[in-house]
Amino acid sequence: MQLKEIFTKRKKYATIPNENSKIDVPQGLMQKCKNCNKIYYRKEMKKSLNVCPNCGYHHPLSAWERIESLFDEDTFKEWDANITSSNPLNFPEYEEKVLKDCEKTGLNEGVVTGKGMINGQETAFAVMDSYFRMGSMGSVVGEKIARSVENARKESLPFIIFTASGGARMQEGILSLMQMAKTSVAIKRFSDDGGLMISVMTHPTTGGVSASFASIGDYNFAEPGALIGFAGRKVIEQTIREKLPKDFQTSEFLMEHGQLDKIIHRHEMKNLLTTILEMHQKEVN
Amino acid sequence: MKQILEFEKPIINLKDKIAELKKFTADSEIDLTEEINKLEDRLEQLEDDIYGNLKPWDRVQMARHSERPTTLDYIHQLFTNFIEFHGDRRYGDDQAIVAGIAYYKDKPVTVIGHQRGKDTKENIKRNFGMPHPEGYRKALRHMEQAQKFNRPIITFIDTKGAYPGRAAEERGQSEAIAKNLMEMAGFTVPIVCIVIGEGGSGGALGLGIGDHIHMLENSTYSVISPEGAASILWKDASLAKKAAESMKITANDLKELNVIDQVIPEPKGGAHQDIKVQAEKIDVVLEQSIRELSKYTTDELLEKRWEKYKNIGDYKLL
Repeated sequence: MQLKEIFTKRKKYATIPNENSKIDVPQGLMQKCKNCNKIYYRKEMKKSLNVCPNCGYHHPLSAWERIESLFDEDTFKEWDANITSSNPLNFPEYEEKVLKDCEKTGLNEGVVTGKGMINGQETAFAVMDSYFRMGSMGSVVGEKIARSVENARKESLPFIIFTASGGARMQEGILSLMQMAKTSVAIKRFSDDGGLMISVMTHPTTGGVSASFASIGDYNFAEPGALIGFAGRKVIEQTIREKLPKDFQTSEFLMEHGQLDKIIHRHEMKNLLTTILEMHQKEVN
Repeated sequence: MKQILEFEKPIINLKDKIAELKKFTADSEIDLTEEINKLEDRLEQLEDDIYGNLKPWDRVQMARHSERPTTLDYIHQLFTNFIEFHGDRRYGDDQAIVAGIAYYKDKPVTVIGHQRGKDTKENIKRNFGMPHPEGYRKALRHMEQAQKFNRPIITFIDTKGAYPGRAAEERGQSEAIAKNLMEMAGFTVPIVCIVIGEGGSGGALGLGIGDHIHMLENSTYSVISPEGAASILWKDASLAKKAAESMKITANDLKELNVIDQVIPEPKGGAHQDIKVQAEKIDVVLEQSIRELSKYTTDELLEKRWEKYKNIGDYKLL
């Protein structure tokens, strides 16, 4: 034995990862609040719709969690679930990325559309999912939203959208940008026919989504503490060469600058939407 | 000092050589006319080779060329009696967007466009052609007026993007652009949009919803600048050239993707080589657009506009 070996502690055995050992430790039983670091049972957090019981921080909801939280049981009918992304620009690695997120989320794209009842009030609906490619908008997201708005117009239903998006999807280039146009034209037709549109911006709603349908509801709402804005914070800081305040581009910041109608706590959402839908009910003769 | 682009250097070098030989011939007894003629032939061939095979990145450089004609240059070439109007009536007058009324072929039209500068001083005044919300709201005010007085709307698109600044966010950059998209969708007068330089993302689209969208041959239109795309996708802004190629941002690409209606050719070497010729080429296409669009009833116009945008995109069904 050499002298230096006396001072190094040698492992006498190797650990072989075992599938059973992974199952033994329950994954995700607990959840830590991103804001206050307090630890909760995941069940408890779920019951609270991912709002921290301690500090009120709104953690993201998946599209289906959101739908379940708002719609009356068994009233939801999904539209166009079978549309999925192609790779129009033959962008390297794009298809793989989309497929991976399909598996991760169980969705075919970053938005779920359909119609259903909120406390007995029927409405058309689009919910974006930030877990799917950051909720970015490509051809499919634009197409599904435009179609659901058209359906709402034809069926004389209100249209509610929950946005959650990092903006346009780079890999579909100009086609992504043009989805801002497509959805806007659809919404204009819907609006001119007297349709009610409610936009609820959730964390995050930025870039092309913020600069199109998210901002043109008859009512523009947001959840507390959501990041909402056109340009990214870093880009702005580099451009104007100054540090931005911590609350820059939050719901509260937008509210203060007159850009929002109201900030709505997730627990109040269903009741408030119900009231608004009731107040806009068209008289049927 | 003329701005020389990287890919143009062989042309410039050859031009310099020819000039040198000409000077030499004039100054001395030796006649080099034959050599000069040969070189001039070669120059023509070289120009055809280089300008005829521009790569996407070359076109990005061309679209950003400091001498590239701007909105006001074209306005003065294409229209008569242009009167510029200012302000959004809410906050201020954004110099990055110009708007006004003019005659086009003896009929009144509303003209709006992004306006950048050609030198530093002018660029500072114009904020490098990057509008604030008040710019988009000024544009909207003039478009509403066009609607009221039944004039066609013609927009020129030439911006790196809407300005990413604190004040712009505070005053609702997103809302200002979104509102324009929605309102432009519904005006019952013909709208023709022409991309003359850079079409940078939402900031470009904010003046870009129309019945006909045309692009100059060396202009670009993209969801994000090549530099921005490179830094997001590959965390490296120096891969901008690669991004420019992957993202399909040239006029021909967009025509192929059915996003635009026509590619307007440019004179050899780009629009800045001869603005009069360029304006004439725009004029041909613009006149054709206005003539065609004026034939439609308002219902037809709106239905066609919807059809146009409805069909942009690509997806598959499971």
